[in-house]
Amino acid sequence: MNGKRAVTDILAGLIFVAFGVAFASTSLTYELGTPLRMGPGYFPLALGGILVLLGLGIAGKGFIPSSGAEGRFGSVPWRALILIVVAVLFFGLTVRGLGLVPATAVTALLTALASYRTGILAALAIAAGLTMLCMLIFVLALQLRLPLFGPWLPFSF
Amino acid sequence: MELLDNLALGLGTALQPQNVLYCLIGVVLGTAVGVLPGIGPTATIAMLLPITFSLEPVAALIMLAGIYYGAQYGGSTTAILINLPGESSAAVTAIDGHEMALKGRAGPALAAAALGSFFAGTVATVVLAVFAPPLARAALRFGPAEYFSLVVLGLLASIALARGSTLKALAMIVLGVLLGTVGQDIYTGTPRFVFGVRELYGGLNFVSVAVGMFGVAEILRNLEDERARTVVVEKVKNLWPTREDLRRMVAPVLRATGLGSALGVLPGGGHVLAAFASYSVEKRLSKRPEEFGHGAIEGVAGPESANNAAAQTSFIPLLTLGLPAHPVMALMIGAFIIQGITPGPNVITEQPALFWGLIASMWVGNVLLVMLNLPLIGLWVRMLTIPYHILFPAIIVFAAIGTFSLGFNPWHVYAIAFFGVLGYVLIKCGCEPAPLLLGFVLGPLLEENLRRALIISRGDPTVFVTRPISAALMTLAIGALILAVLPAIRRRREVVFQEEL
Repeated sequence: MNGKRAVTDILAGLIFVAFGVAFASTSLTYELGTPLRMGPGYFPLALGGILVLLGLGIAGKGFIPSSGAEGRFGSVPWRALILIVVAVLFFGLTVRGLGLVPATAVTALLTALASYRTGILAALAIAAGLTMLCMLIFVLALQLRLPLFGPWLPFSF
Repeated sequence: MELLDNLALGLGTALQPQNVLYCLIGVVLGTAVGVLPGIGPTATIAMLLPITFSLEPVAALIMLAGIYYGAQYGGSTTAILINLPGESSAAVTAIDGHEMALKGRAGPALAAAALGSFFAGTVATVVLAVFAPPLARAALRFGPAEYFSLVVLGLLASIALARGSTLKALAMIVLGVLLGTVGQDIYTGTPRFVFGVRELYGGLNFVSVAVGMFGVAEILRNLEDERARTVVVEKVKNLWPTREDLRRMVAPVLRATGLGSALGVLPGGGHVLAAFASYSVEKRLSKRPEEFGHGAIEGVAGPESANNAAAQTSFIPLLTLGLPAHPVMALMIGAFIIQGITPGPNVITEQPALFWGLIASMWVGNVLLVMLNLPLIGLWVRMLTIPYHILFPAIIVFAAIGTFSLGFNPWHVYAIAFFGVLGYVLIKCGCEPAPLLLGFVLGPLLEENLRRALIISRGDPTVFVTRPISAALMTLAIGALILAVLPAIRRRREVVFQEEL
C-alpha cells in the first residue's frame, strides 16, 4: 500500500470530536434529570457523546492509507477568508454605533477587496454602488428602521 | 368535486394581482440565481427571508417558492449554454445540453428543458393537490412518539439518498441538532451553550446558519480559483424543436414526471437525485444509448422535467407534516414561522386560502417561467457577463443587513462569519452542509417530542416501538440507515451519481 492518509477525514473527524466534547462537557454543568424527566443537559450530553464517536470513526478512517487521489485539503484563499470574516464582524459590531450607511460602505469595501481581481479604485466604486443599492432596497423600499448615521458620529439623524 | 373547489380557491388567491406580482418577482429572481453559477436558491432564499417579514404570509411564501422552482429553470440555461451548472440539479443537463449547443442546437435544447419542465410542473402541482390533504389528515393523529420517529426517519432517509460519506453526513446531522439546542431550554428555561451572551437566549438563527454555510462558504470556494470566467455565448437561434425532437421528447418527459414526482417527496432526495435518476433511466431505455453524451435531446428533456416535478412535490412533506425534505424546504419552514404560522397538518384546515393559494401559485409560476424564459433568453444570457467579483460583495452585504434586520441582533451577524468559515472547512473536508441545516431545523422538534413522549409514557422508552405508526416509521428509518451503510447499495448510489459525469 503506497497511499496517503486522508487529511480531510482526519481534520473533519477532529472538528466533530471537538464540538462533541465541547457540547457534552458543557451539558454536564446543566441538570441532567432522568430519562423520564429529562433535564436540559440530558439530550445534548447524549448527542455530544454520539458526535465524539462519529468523529473518532471518521478520523480513524482517515488514517487508513488509500490510493485515492482524494483526501487533500487544497489551497485556501486566505486573503478572501480574512477580509470577509473581518467585514462581516465589522458590520455586526458597528451597525448600531456608526449607523447603516458607514457600516455598509466599509463592509462592502472590505468584501470587494477579497478578490484579487479588484483594485482599490474598483473596490471603492463597488462599495459606493452597493451602499446606494442597499439604501434603496432596505431603507426606501423595505422601510427598515435603522439610523442611517449612528450615535458614534458627531452628526446623527 | 372537493379537489376542484380547492383548486378554484387556490387560483382565486394566486391570481390576485398582488400575489401574481410576488410570484413574478420570485420566479424572476429564481431564474436569475439559477442562471448565475455561484449563487444557489438556498443562499438566496436565506438572504431574502428577513425581507419577507413585512409581506403578507401568502405573498411571502409564493415569492420564496417561486425562487426555488424558478432556479430549476434558470440552472438549465447556464448548463446548456456554457456547460456550467448554474444550479446543482442542472449538472446532468449540461452533459447532453451543452453538446447540443455545440452543434448549434442550443435553441431546441432550451425549449426542450422549458417545455418539459412546464409539463412536469403542471402535473406535479396536481399530484401535490391530490396527495397533500389525506396525508395531512393522517398526520393530525400523530402524537409526540410518532413525530419523534417521523423526524428520525426524515433525518436518516436524507443520508440514504444524499451523496458522499454516510458517516460524515450522520456527524453533520448530529452537529446540526446540537447547534439547534443553543438557547433557552423549552421546558425549564435554562439557557444552554450561550456562555453568558443574553442575545443568544433565543438560539442561533437559521438564517445565519444557512447564509453562512451555503452563501459565505460557497463564495470562499469560488475565490479559491479566480480564473476569468470567459463567457462566449453565441446568439441562440431556432428556438423551436423539430417535429422529430418533439416526438423523441414525449416518453422521457412522461417518465421523468412520474419519477421526479415520486422522488421529490423523499427526504434529502429531491430535485438533484431526480435529475440523475431520470438520466440513467433514459440512457438505459433508449434505442440509441450511444447518442447520450453527444447531444441526445432525451438527456435534456428527461432530467429537466424530473427536477422540476421533484421541486414541486418536495413541498408535500413540508405542507402536510411540517417536515422539510431538504435545505430549501427547511428555509420555507423558517418563512412560515416568521409569519407566525406553524407548518404542519393544521395549515390546510386553518389557512386553506394560503395552502391552496401556494399550490396554485406554482402552476401560475410555471406559466410565467415559460413566458419569461423562452422569449427573454437573450437577457438571461447577458446576465452571465456580470463579473463574479462584483456579485459576491453584494451577496455578503445583503446577507449582513438582512440578517441584522431580523431582530436587530448583532450576534446573528457574527454567526454568519462563524458558520461561513466552519462550513467552508467542512465542505473542503468532504462534508455536505445540507444535513447540518436539516439537523439544525429539526433538532428542537426532535428533542421536544422525545421528552414529551417519554413524559406521557412515564419514562417507558418502548413507546416508540409499541405504538404501531411510530414503530412503522422507526422500521423505515432503520431500513434507510441500513441502505445507506450497505456496501453493495452504496456502490450503486455512487454509480447513479457519478457514472454519467
